[in-house]
Amino acid sequence: MKYVDEFRDGERARGLARALCAEADPARRYRLMEFCGGHTHAVFRYGVPDLLPGNIELIHGPGCPVCVLPIGRLDMARRLVEKHPEVILASYGDMLRVPGSGRRTLLQAKADGADVRMVYSVSDALELARTNPQRQVVFFGIGFETTTPPTALGIVEAQKNKLQNFSVFCNHVLTPAAMGAILGAPAGDSDTVAIDGIIGPSHVSVIIGSDAYRFCPDRHHKPVVIAGFEPLDVLQSLLMLVRQLNDGRAEVENQYIRAVTAEGNRRAQELVARVFTLRERFEWRGLGEIPRSALALADAYRDFDAEHRFAMQYVAAEGTKGCECPAVLRGSKKPEDCALFATACTPQSPLGSCMVSDEGACAAYFTYGRFRQDALAPPGQRRGVHGEVRKA
Amino acid sequence: MSGQSEFLPGQRQARRLDLHSGTVQMNHGAGGRAMTDLIDLLFRKAFDNPLLNQANDQARFHVPAQDMVMTTDSFVISPLFFPGGDIGSLAVHGTVNDLAMGGAEALYLTAGFILEEGLPLADLARIVDSMAAAAREAGVQIVSGDTKVVERGKGDGVFINTAGIGRVIAGVNVSGDRARPGDKVLISGTIGDHGVAVMSLRQGLSFSTQLRSDSASLNGLVAVMAARAGPSLKVLRDPTRGGVAATLNEVAQQSGVGIQLQETALPVRPEVRGACELLGLDPLNVANEGKLLVICEADVADELLATMQQQPLGRDAAIIGEVIEDPLLLLRMTTHIGGDRVVDWLHGEQLPRIC
Amino acid sequence: MCLAIPVQIDEILDAEHAIASVSGIQREINTALVEDLQQGDYVILHVGYALSKLDEEEAAETLRTMAEAGLLQDARQ
Repeated sequence: MKYVDEFRDGERARGLARALCAEADPARRYRLMEFCGGHTHAVFRYGVPDLLPGNIELIHGPGCPVCVLPIGRLDMARRLVEKHPEVILASYGDMLRVPGSGRRTLLQAKADGADVRMVYSVSDALELARTNPQRQVVFFGIGFETTTPPTALGIVEAQKNKLQNFSVFCNHVLTPAAMGAILGAPAGDSDTVAIDGIIGPSHVSVIIGSDAYRFCPDRHHKPVVIAGFEPLDVLQSLLMLVRQLNDGRAEVENQYIRAVTAEGNRRAQELVARVFTLRERFEWRGLGEIPRSALALADAYRDFDAEHRFAMQYVAAEGTKGCECPAVLRGSKKPEDCALFATACTPQSPLGSCMVSDEGACAAYFTYGRFRQDALAPPGQRRGVHGEVRKA
Repeated sequence: MSGQSEFLPGQRQARRLDLHSGTVQMNHGAGGRAMTDLIDLLFRKAFDNPLLNQANDQARFHVPAQDMVMTTDSFVISPLFFPGGDIGSLAVHGTVNDLAMGGAEALYLTAGFILEEGLPLADLARIVDSMAAAAREAGVQIVSGDTKVVERGKGDGVFINTAGIGRVIAGVNVSGDRARPGDKVLISGTIGDHGVAVMSLRQGLSFSTQLRSDSASLNGLVAVMAARAGPSLKVLRDPTRGGVAATLNEVAQQSGVGIQLQETALPVRPEVRGACELLGLDPLNVANEGKLLVICEADVADELLATMQQQPLGRDAAIIGEVIEDPLLLLRMTTHIGGDRVVDWLHGEQLPRIC
Repeated sequence: MCLAIPVQIDEILDAEHAIASVSGIQREINTALVEDLQQGDYVILHVGYALSKLDEEEAAETLRTMAEAGLLQDARQ
């Protein structure tokens, strides 16, 4: 596959690994957060930590829209479809197995008779609305800035074609706001995790542009490297971060130059600005309430807002007792620090969103087995969840 | 006495079956004339063999001297027809393969049908003809069957249950618990073809592809493999639901070993890769219906591979890994970039993702 | 966080739609977010929508700098 295979090549990987091992200063640690859940997934799926020197520690960020969606918002979707038999809830596959309150999932609601349908694209949801004129189709919109423009296009098309039975339950969230919350967390707080630099998301950046991260060096003095999606992109980005830190620099650098520009996709940005408006505040699992961090439909498109059409109410909900998803999402705890990890909470019976989403840190770690391999490391030299060497 | 008694089998006056526009009715399962006509004019006509033509409720045959294998399977796939096959051919190939994975020559199959009222007879005829062709190709006979009809809405068109009987090939002793450290792991061809071909028909995942299901009977391939390296074969298994990942995890557990795969050695068609990348799926978790995994002693691996590659169903065969010592009994893989990861059992059906 | 892959434009249907393929898998995609598309271009595809074009030269440049990083190490040793 062009533009994919070349960026998974073993030969180049070995070269980058050699460079990383040579340039990482043995006298210091590099604590680097990969913000995006897709990067977390790729890191474990390809075994990137195996190629890193022991003093580079990868901290998993909250860039997993499934993981950060508050349980209360998921409950709203489930209540909607349980209370309104005329509603077809069209959802991406990612959301179907996430446990809400009472550990109930959308898939279980479907088994109990609710009309929940998996779609690959918002255009599939529009098609459902067209072919089922007597039903109400509600599209469960989730995702960071990558996924928001497609939802916007869907809403615009619905308005143009007067598709009255279509609406969107909007849960789109913003990356810089979440990154700011992580970097701005009070230092010295036991919950705050120390981060030296950030690997920025690939496809969010295609939309918002690399300039959108200037606040990281400007306000927080942290370097950011925007990384492509493939494992070699991640390796090269780590090298660029190591070099910045060695040089004492803090800049925004773009490694994903084949797809990301400084200003991003202007057309997409303008569309999103037209169709959506900023919510004053929004609750994030793990990060608490963050001001101006999420989107709702703008007034001009109110007719297509499911929250308005169905008078949906948000009720804050607690996660399962003992679930450490909030701390894992902040990076202040590792999966194995959670008492439920791999005991009561497994991909087969997930108790929290970090385990049910493919790119949640707990799922990635469990599925790709880091902890099982580390259990066998020789005494005195264990590798932790991020690949760092720990004293046993 | 005249030989044209209407009570002799095959001599009865049969009504014509409206295969063009008729549908399955409740009386087709009621045990009366309608059912017998359906059986005679559709099933028996297609499957046509001496045992079946005796028209008894059971088939009688001589049991050979060596060990036998027996298997049962049910098929509920939807849609009924897909590129490269249908529920009928899948039923035959699937059952034959269960027997072949026991290191056996497939002999006889049974086929029980649960039909939904309203199923077009034309569709049923298509399925039955497809089964007959698959059986002929595999060299097996369908010697007994059963027909039931359920009310509209209580079935998915048609469900098929089968049983199969085979005779173990002399010198072959394969079982899931026989893998040992040092053994090599081979696959007979490209992985994920069936799952992706069927997925492309599912609403909401629409993409067009030339890809067809790989559904096929593997008994011929197994016979050739057994002739070449019979005693050195340790495990034979076809990676159907759950894909290669589920199957090798099962074997690792059964045998009390670990298995290490090489990602660069896995044969995957470009279209399967493309579809899996599009949907965020892993080919190792996707179903196959015409492939087998074989674990064999290391010293015969190269020879066995060459033998397989000369067979039509083994052209893309490859050595993909080896069995190792591992107290954790994990299936692991060296990735494209030289890292290591566990290939875990999937829990439930793999769902496409956008993140 | 955002699964997206490079696909190639096989046919432009109109200002907002095209047929694209990857490894023989073909799908109709929405191109409303990308300007000046031509047959043969590569785009990043996410949930059925093209997000941007892939720059062939920049891709080659990235591969070159990746290879260079490895060679530098060989030279130092």
